[in-house]
Amino acid sequence: MKATCWMGRNTVKVKNVPEPTILNDRDAIVRITSTAICGLDLHLVDGYVPTMKKGDVLGHEFMGEVVEIGSGVGNLGIGDRVVVPFPIACGACLACQNKAYSLCENFNPNAGIAEKVYGYSPAGLFGFSHMLGGYQGGQAEYVRVPFADVGPLKVDDDLTDEQVLFLSDIFPTGFMGAEMCGIKPGDVIAVWGAGQFAAASAFLLGAERVIVIDRFPYRLKIAAERAGAETINYEETSVLEALREMTAGRGPDACIDAVGIEAHHSSTALHAYDRTKQATRLETDRPHALREAVMACRNGGTVSVIGVYGGFIDKFPMGAVMNRSLTIKTGQCHVHRYMRPLLERIRNGEIDPTFVITHRMRLSEAPHGYDIFKNKQDDCLKVVLTP
Amino acid sequence: MNRWREDVYAYWHDFENLPTFMHHLEKVSTNGDRRSHWTAKAPAGRTVEWDAEVTHDLANELISWRSLRGADVPNFGSVRFSPAPGDRGTEVKVTVHYDLPAGRLGKAVAGLLGESPEQQVTDDLRRFKQVMETGQVVRSEGSPQGTSAKQLMRQHPGQPMGEDSE
Repeated sequence: MKATCWMGRNTVKVKNVPEPTILNDRDAIVRITSTAICGLDLHLVDGYVPTMKKGDVLGHEFMGEVVEIGSGVGNLGIGDRVVVPFPIACGACLACQNKAYSLCENFNPNAGIAEKVYGYSPAGLFGFSHMLGGYQGGQAEYVRVPFADVGPLKVDDDLTDEQVLFLSDIFPTGFMGAEMCGIKPGDVIAVWGAGQFAAASAFLLGAERVIVIDRFPYRLKIAAERAGAETINYEETSVLEALREMTAGRGPDACIDAVGIEAHHSSTALHAYDRTKQATRLETDRPHALREAVMACRNGGTVSVIGVYGGFIDKFPMGAVMNRSLTIKTGQCHVHRYMRPLLERIRNGEIDPTFVITHRMRLSEAPHGYDIFKNKQDDCLKVVLTP
Repeated sequence: MNRWREDVYAYWHDFENLPTFMHHLEKVSTNGDRRSHWTAKAPAGRTVEWDAEVTHDLANELISWRSLRGADVPNFGSVRFSPAPGDRGTEVKVTVHYDLPAGRLGKAVAGLLGESPEQQVTDDLRRFKQVMETGQVVRSEGSPQGTSAKQLMRQHPGQPMGEDSE
């Protein structure tokens, strides 16, 4: 079958790989009908996430049709249409019982590597590094879905693939980012990174105003027109000054870092400092957005981190966090928790997630999709691939 | 692990279950009394075998065993089950002791245990938890055999196994 493979830093190829088979009796094989490229995939391709291996199949946002099920899967049938959450969770351990699915204690067979870097291991993820499992990803024709009786969400035919595909990651991730802000009536929420779903979700959860910070006018335009946010282009405006001005000198009630490890900075010198340290492996992650989110947040506010970090950061303004009683909340999304309620919001017409899609192409064109998404060409915000 | 102590004890108590999560074991057979016969995999397709007997068996709390005279690799061990605080399941603690013989066999057994016997017990316990909580040893494309420290260093790519890859 055809699959999008990581072949080394900055190299993505569509290759022929063997078709997946059932390894455990609670596995299912899903024929992919739609899959998307995520910003997280770019971090992998750019080489910022350790323990990738040549030939790894990428992709953790996908959906499709069940074509084979193991004998232990009781709740799915051949032909069912499913969206698959990107963390793989067993549903039985203490973390899963507490609905912290991305912290599943059983689903990373390579937990030993993660423990060396993180202390303890989180769950395994589809199409991610070997430190987080070494699972085949979904930018392919078929994928094996472990514990298929726990994760996949069945969807009816009245909704299109494009309407429900983002339940696999970015909509729940953005929603959890907004939920972690503990939004109260009247709150102003600032979001770094115009991925759209954190901003849209902040409104769904009752924010009074949402301010989105990015450097690409087309992304900010979508945030303004489709998510209803106010915007700041950090290449043109001092973010801290603008946010202070927009919030009567107090700062946003909560700040969401939806950028993560490959942030950019309008100051060439500051960007070069972190970029150099990253290139020489003195720090692994460039935390411009996070630092700014901390500095911008009002006293006693919350900084919600859904942008992905891989390892270590430098020059973190801990003094601001401590002296101003800030709360930091973070985590890979516990997607399973949000799929059903967000499906209902889609069905009720509260949100139409398709507004983020700018490009549709065949799976065989995936390398081009990666290229334009990474280099922000052709106003690319979200690429959906069909095998 | 997130299971009642009685269940965890009962599973271990049937030694024939042990190879499910102890990957170095090929087979354990019991005949209903306190005796058991163990077969372990050794390098180059060889096996190492021994007889053992249960020395202590406290229901839901402790099982200990030791190899009988004539074992290739004299060994003894125990597993202790205690309730985790706040009804959060069961804590399992394993102690194993091996007397490595000198000579070629000793080397073979050392190879079998890996560079770190402690790591092997850790892997066994992780797989035990997977089996108790989920009913199976968890496998990924990168680690198709399931959790194993040895495998961490030589991962299969995150794509299905098979012949027709490019």
